[in-house]
This record gives sequence, structure tokens and C-alpha cells, in this order.
Amino acid sequence: MEFALLFKILIVVGVFVLTLLVALYSTWAERKVSAIMQDRIGPNRAGPFGLLQPLADGVKMFMKEEIIPGQANRALFILGPCLAMLTAGMTSAIIPWGDVITINPESVPFSEYFTFGESKTYIVQAADINIGILYAFGVVSVGVYGIMIGGWASNNKYSLLGAIRASSQMISYELAMGLSMIAVIMMTGSLSVREIVEQQDGFNWNIWYQPLGFIIFLICAFAETNRAPFDLPECETELIGGYHTEYSSMKLGFFLFAEYFNMFISCAIIAAVYFGGYNFPFMHDLGLSDNAIAIIGIFVFLGKVIFGILFFMWIRWTLPRFRYDQLMKLGWQILIPLAIVNLLFTGLGIIVFK
Amino acid sequence: MAAEVAVATISAPHDYLPIIVQLIVVLAFVGGTILATHFLGPKRKSKAKLDPFECGIEIHGNARTPFSIKYFLVAILFVLFDVEIIFMYPWAVNFKENLSVGFEAGMNNFIQMSIFLGVVLLGFIYVIKKGVLKWD
Repeated sequence: MEFALLFKILIVVGVFVLTLLVALYSTWAERKVSAIMQDRIGPNRAGPFGLLQPLADGVKMFMKEEIIPGQANRALFILGPCLAMLTAGMTSAIIPWGDVITINPESVPFSEYFTFGESKTYIVQAADINIGILYAFGVVSVGVYGIMIGGWASNNKYSLLGAIRASSQMISYELAMGLSMIAVIMMTGSLSVREIVEQQDGFNWNIWYQPLGFIIFLICAFAETNRAPFDLPECETELIGGYHTEYSSMKLGFFLFAEYFNMFISCAIIAAVYFGGYNFPFMHDLGLSDNAIAIIGIFVFLGKVIFGILFFMWIRWTLPRFRYDQLMKLGWQILIPLAIVNLLFTGLGIIVFK
Repeated sequence: MAAEVAVATISAPHDYLPIIVQLIVVLAFVGGTILATHFLGPKRKSKAKLDPFECGIEIHGNARTPFSIKYFLVAILFVLFDVEIIFMYPWAVNFKENLSVGFEAGMNNFIQMSIFLGVVLLGFIYVIKKGVLKWD
């Protein structure tokens, strides 16, 4: 039991550090991707290929002056970015990073120093709860409060407009997101992300059964993370910086960083729910031990996530921004009816083919 | 499609323990960072710096003003439809299990939810036709 808890704490801290690193290097990758797409060089001064650039940015954020505007509501002004960051960091708990790893006391080096008892299995996931998807949706919707509180507390008209836009956009797209997820849950019969992944063994991924649901979910993920073409909350030509106009130093950093956190997590959820998570084709035909497959699976999963992040960046630097009425029309009048149609066809499909 | 029906797993309270651990880790990170920046950065305040930013022109009033009612309507509609979507989650989880009882039970189950969805859709169409989402 003690070792199990220690293992969980290790996983939680490890995953958090990994998320931080991926989010840090997403900022670097975003600049490099945009540079390549626009025929520029991108960051290349700090370290080889500009690899130290994210660290330099982080240090800069720490050393900047912290400004709280005179008219702002101080407590809420600080709470806003903290809440955004907190919710962004909490979602990673339910993501299954890998399959079961079996630890056998005879085969582990230095096993005489630990009291393992018999061989035990550990899952590479912080919390395997049976309401994983609901937990993720719940935490993500709390993220709206962070932006709304931050934008309102700034007492700046642009911040207020940006915050209202962001929150109405996020809640509108949450509907279609929830609906498109229902179709997957009908197929798997479980809300646990691990079970959803386990049912996509090998190459039996959900994307083959749910292409329309996947596209709806992907579009909603773009909107939820406030990224182009849905970056209206921070549309600089109209709203200066949107909800973080008044923010400086690490509080601004939290808002920007939370966006990259959310992008990483939504790519991880997409990879787990639609692209088989840690499963890969022919995984049982390689003749490897279960532990080896589990460890390869972790890297396969991370590869899928990184591919997803690069796809997000590709979309951001390709498509222009929506107009606000187009955004609302897409969310309410196209995606929600489409998601309902998808749900009905999934139900009929399960009844007919089963 | 897999022939067997997924058996619902039951989570014990200790399964939620890692979430509390995660909360502590993230809270420590957020709190520590906010405190660190508070002490690290320089502090040179001036009247102009603490004013809200409005592109350098003179500031008119403050931001505690009314805004478009449309946003409020969107929020209310979200609450309405989100609750209806949440109703469908337990149904979706049990969909295959119901179907395994028999074709008739599964079909009944599906038709009942279709009727519910139809009612929701009627309300949805009413809202759209009413022009709630018309932005001019």
C-alpha cells in the first residue's frame, strides 16, 4: 500500500513536470512552426536552435514588475490566473499514459531494499476513476471562471469584453463537445478513460467508427483552448490583449501557459479517446513481453500527443480568425445538430450491427 | 464491434486520492510561483502605470457597465442544454447493456431517448427561430 501510494505520487509529480516541459517547449515549437510556415528562422539566439528560449522567457516572466491596476479588484485579479492555471493542471490526472506495468520482486534490481511482497501491477495513470470523462469536463468548465474572473476584475473595458467573449465561446462549444463524446460512450459503455483506451486494442481505434464525432470534438477542442481560428477573446485588432490586457509578469504567464497546458491535455484526450491511446497496430504480434509493450505504449501515446499539438499549430498558422457571429453560428446551428445526428446514427449502428 | 459488454467498474474512495495529491502539487506550484514573482520583480509604481489601459487616450468611466444581453441569453441556454446533455450520459453508459438484454429492450431504449431528443430539438429550433443567436 505504501509503495502504491508512493508510485502514485511519483506519477502525479512526473506527469506534472512532463506537462510543464511539454507546455514550455510548445511555446518554442509554436514559434518554430510559425517561422517555418512563414519562411522565417524563428528563435535561434538562446542556445542551439533557440532551445533555451522558453527558459529565458520563463525567467523574464519571473523578473518582470507585477502591476495590479489601481481600479482593479485585487483579490479577484490574483485569483483569475491562478484558477486558470489550477484547472489546466488538474485535468492530467485521468489520462492513461500507459498500460499496466508488472513489478516482480525477483527481477527488479535492489529489490532486497524494498518490501514488495509478491509481484504487483501498477497502472501508468494518476487516478483511474470510473467517471474520468465527466471529471475532465467538470474541471475544464471551471476554467471558464478563471478567465471570467480575471477579465472582470481588471476593470478594463477591453478585458471585460474579451472575458465575456471567451466565456460565451467556451460554454457554447462545450455543448457540442459533450454531445460528440456521448456517441463514444455509447460504443464503449464506460466513462473511464482507461476502459475506453483498453477497448481500442491494436488498431481498433474509435476514429474508424466515429469520424464525424472526432471532427466535432476537434473543432470544439480548438474553441475550448481559445486558439486560432477561435482566438476571438484575444483578438488584438479589436480588443488589445483580450482578457489579459491588464496582466503582467507571471500572472500573464499563467494565462498564456494555461493555454498550452490545455492544448496538451486536449491532445492527450483526443489521442486517448479517438486514436487508441497507448495502443498501436500489431502490438501483440511483436513477441515482446507485456512490460516492454507497455513502455513502448507510453512513447507511442506521447508521439500521438505531440503529433496532435503540431496539428493544432498547423491549423493556427493556416486559418484566419472567425467573425463573432460566424463563431456562434458554427457552434450552435451547425455543430450541435450535427452532433445529435451523429449520436442517433451511432445508436442505430450499434443496434443494427450488433 | 466487440461482442462482450463492458462491466461497469466501481471506484473506491481511495481511487480519488491521487486527485487530491495532484491538487496539492498544482496548488503548491501556483502559490509558489505567484509568491516568487511577487518578491522577485521590481516595484516602481506611478499613477499613469496603475490606470487601466485604453490605448493611451483618456479613460472614460470604468468597466462596471452593462453589456449586451445576448451573452446572458447564451449563458442561460447553455445551462438549459447542458443539463439535458448530462441526462444522456447515464443512458449512453448503459446503452449496450440494455441492448444485451434483447433487441426489443435495446430498441425501446433507443426510441425513448429519441423522443427525449426530439423534445430537446424542438426547444432548440424554437430558440434559433426566435433569433436568440442573431448577432447584428
